[in-house]
Amino acid sequence: MNFETIIGLEVHVELKTDSKMFSPSPAHFGAEPNSNTNVIDWGYPGVLPVVNERAVEFGMKAALALNCTITQDTKFDRKNYFYPDNPKAYQISQFDQPIGHDGWIEIEVNGEKKKIRIERVHLEEDAGKNTHGTDGYSYVDLNRQGTPLIEIVSEADMRSPEEAYAYLEALKQIIQFTGVSDVKMEEGSMRCDANVSLRPYGQEAFGTKAELKNLNSFNYVRKGLAHEVVRQEKVLVAGGEILQETRRYDETTGQTILMRVKEGSSDYRYFPEPDIPRLVIEDEWIENVRESLPEMPKERRIRYVKSFGIPEYDAEVLTASREMSDFFDGTVQHDADPKQASNWLMGEVSAYLNSEKLSLEDTALTPKSLAEMINLIEDGTISSKIAKKVFRELITNGSDDVESLVEEKGWVQLSDPNKLRPIINETLDQNEQSIEDYKNGRDRAIGFLVGQIMKQTRGQANPGVVNKLLKEEIEKR
Amino acid sequence: MNILDHTLEELHEKLVNGDLTSLQVIEAVYKRIEETEANIGAFLALSKEEALSQARAMDEAGIDPKNILSGLPIGIKDNIVTKGVTTTAASKMLEDFVPVYNATVVEKLTEAGMISVGKLNLDEFAMGGSTENSAFKITRNPWDLSKVPGGSSGGSAAAVAAGQVPASLGSDTGGSIREPAAFTGIVGMKPTYGRVSRYGLIAFGSSLDQIGPFTRTVKDNALVLNAISGHDRRDSTSYEGATPDFTQGIEEGVKGMRIGVPKEYFHEEAKEKGVVESVRAALKKYEELGAEIVEVSLPHSKYGIPAYYIIASSEASSNLQRFDGIRYGYRAKEVNSLEELYVKSRSEGFGLEVKRRIMLGTFSLSAGFYDAHFKKAAQARTLIRQDFEKAFEKVDFLVAPTTTTTAFELGGKIEDPLEMYLADILTVPVNLAGVPAVSIPCGFSNDMPVGMQLIGKHFDEQTLYRAAYAFEQVTDFHKQKPLFKGGK
Amino acid sequence: MSINEETVKHVAKLAKLEFQEETIHGFTKELDQIIQMVEQLEDLDTTGVEGTYHGITHHSVLRKDEAKKEFERDDLFANVKTKQDGFIKVPAIMDNGESGA
Repeated sequence: MNFETIIGLEVHVELKTDSKMFSPSPAHFGAEPNSNTNVIDWGYPGVLPVVNERAVEFGMKAALALNCTITQDTKFDRKNYFYPDNPKAYQISQFDQPIGHDGWIEIEVNGEKKKIRIERVHLEEDAGKNTHGTDGYSYVDLNRQGTPLIEIVSEADMRSPEEAYAYLEALKQIIQFTGVSDVKMEEGSMRCDANVSLRPYGQEAFGTKAELKNLNSFNYVRKGLAHEVVRQEKVLVAGGEILQETRRYDETTGQTILMRVKEGSSDYRYFPEPDIPRLVIEDEWIENVRESLPEMPKERRIRYVKSFGIPEYDAEVLTASREMSDFFDGTVQHDADPKQASNWLMGEVSAYLNSEKLSLEDTALTPKSLAEMINLIEDGTISSKIAKKVFRELITNGSDDVESLVEEKGWVQLSDPNKLRPIINETLDQNEQSIEDYKNGRDRAIGFLVGQIMKQTRGQANPGVVNKLLKEEIEKR
Repeated sequence: MNILDHTLEELHEKLVNGDLTSLQVIEAVYKRIEETEANIGAFLALSKEEALSQARAMDEAGIDPKNILSGLPIGIKDNIVTKGVTTTAASKMLEDFVPVYNATVVEKLTEAGMISVGKLNLDEFAMGGSTENSAFKITRNPWDLSKVPGGSSGGSAAAVAAGQVPASLGSDTGGSIREPAAFTGIVGMKPTYGRVSRYGLIAFGSSLDQIGPFTRTVKDNALVLNAISGHDRRDSTSYEGATPDFTQGIEEGVKGMRIGVPKEYFHEEAKEKGVVESVRAALKKYEELGAEIVEVSLPHSKYGIPAYYIIASSEASSNLQRFDGIRYGYRAKEVNSLEELYVKSRSEGFGLEVKRRIMLGTFSLSAGFYDAHFKKAAQARTLIRQDFEKAFEKVDFLVAPTTTTTAFELGGKIEDPLEMYLADILTVPVNLAGVPAVSIPCGFSNDMPVGMQLIGKHFDEQTLYRAAYAFEQVTDFHKQKPLFKGGK
Repeated sequence: MSINEETVKHVAKLAKLEFQEETIHGFTKELDQIIQMVEQLEDLDTTGVEGTYHGITHHSVLRKDEAKKEFERDDLFANVKTKQDGFIKVPAIMDNGESGA
């Protein structure tokens, strides 16, 4: 029997606010354990939550970027469960009135475009972190407790692990463009759980799904799902039954391992959070947030191809991150030729970032300096060979005025015939044999002579001009 | 005349003109506590050293004539957190718990210059109507020591009634200020939900809880409410509107006011007729004072008790989950796993009544019962709220008995939780509607004080104080002193 | 409806409570009476009635996103029974995926 794979993803994204979702503690962790906490994060008796305005705004921003409708009259709810990293033993979340609902994003797999629907985007607080010791104890750090999160729940619209991978990439890219999160899986600011089930082709009803956890990279999501599909297929082919269970992906073996079988659904006893009044979002706020949304990657790609004549693949690379795309747009705005700007960013710049393991903002390069450099190459002020030196200088030390920089450093190309002719004649005087050879039809002699002149000028001579003048001077002899 | 027979206002005058020092007042408080505490048992903790040194400092600095409460004593219900001072909520769960921050009301009292003399007994986590659910001690009614002081703020009420302190703070989720005020013959105000910050009040029913003052006189009560009211950025449910001076216009009388008498609140067939009779007599007085009495109906009143017990218990079941033995509070000994730590700490740390409510609340929220219980109760709450809104279209405030009986015998109902719950029938609708209500003494029945509650529109405590004050001026129930019947 | 001891045990599990075998019968009876009482609400027609879940009708109370450090870690640890190196120490957690977020 042939089976169709059905996948839905639940993605948690941490919002990059200064303070926590419901408390004014700093929302960054990595600090000393439990140092960025207060009585609210600890769930001390008597404390109350107060909603962070920016977290709501960021949640809305993400929801709008994912084409969701904003719930204008909404509320928060309590999700009750005991766990040491959950100090109140309830998590403040949104149950039946998520801030955003009914959105979609577009993905592309093997050249085929497809819309994946997004059921909901809701706001909630993150839990703390438990470290499991080998000594029979666990250790609780509440620094992360209360960090604002959005949970993005897709419809079960994906039909292969590859589509799930593409969805995550597209989702990450969109969220990253909105600037509300770092969306880094390796740092935990983006996390993913997957629901996967199989059904015989042609059957409408979904099969029983398993939930996959501990998927710590896009690749693990793909591999974990692929393994799970095979596992479920084997069970079904053998006439077995899939149980509703939670499984974790084991990175070392590449297998999924049973954590627990769900007996009915967990009873979280959701109810409206009485400590937080309803949240009513006025039209004006939504419109302001909508207006603050940057141009999304898809729109940017279309513009790059249409207005700049950039190849589709290059447009894709340039829009892989907001940082790169903004940098490209900035460079073009500083009057650089778009194709040159694209070539530099995809070539030298990317190579440098990869080898140094840096991101653009960590370097001294600016759109303005890159544009100036490109224009100096265009107008012949610097040679493309020297340009590599200039680039090194710009990306490591930076410059506000590239033209002055190349002059100071003596990197300006020598193109003035009045300055070049004496050097050329001097070289010719010292290499009579080469003139002879050239006149006898040995074209290679020219190359030798150009090389000598370049040596004399420490590489600054403009090779094109030298070539032309050299031939003129030889003719004169 | 004993120092503590004076009202807060009188004490203030004496402090300002030098007849008394703050230290003398505070010393009188501790002397009075020493004399009476063996009979009453109101306090769970005294902060004598600190209070005396605060009083000395106040005297040295000089009493601010504009700050009417400065240098004066107050007691605080032990479910309001006080930094550095053990706060137990009368639970074994928090026997050794030392808060690391102050409740907003405590900060506000300190700003007003009031001196906290100690923490007062209550039913564990404010769950109960007799203070018998305290894990630590029994508090007795100063009028008759064989009777309960009411609850859950029984310690706060008994301390004021017994003349130990001129004022105290309590909290009211379903009647926990008004019922003990009625049982002990004093004034107890449950302000409008949102009037007073709940930050630092150990939560019971979050959508119902409200802190309020106990005093012997109406004006004193208004003065303390002045000090603790106001918006608090730490409490999103606190009212953002202005706080009036609650003593303003307090002397203007009730002439021309329309008083609503909710017929559902007058159980003429009740076994203790003295209660309803006292309130009827009080209504006569109001008529004499020029008010108009209008019968009104609050038709959904009978659903108050079931709706209240579902909502309060559901919220409590969630609020009390944080007591898990991990970060603070009681932790069971010799546990072998996390699950055991949770279950044993909670089962050993909580008393029976608290567990009962957690169970009811957990059940009401659980899968399959949410709609029939929690959701239905929330809908009933809407109808009850609308009952009040409709009534207030016709009248300025309502008058009703606070309780169906006067204080009952210690041990009289504790074995029957259901009967204890039903006793809240006249107080819980007010909490469900979020409106303010003050209980004031209005007579005696079987030698025990009777309380009547004045119920007002949202954020209209002013009218209640004005009407209560008018009644107080023409009666002397508030001047009667408890007899310590049966005392040693 | 009427509840039985099984229900009581299930609810106790959710609430992380336990009752001694010898008391569970009495407790069930008592809780059952209370539940019967609250179920008087069944008589009330609430068709089309919005629930009230908050004590106050105002809405949208928001805080500016400003980070503040208000507490010293040592103070927050004042009531912790077992701690180590700045962590709260608890008996080992068996990770069965029950955790929420």
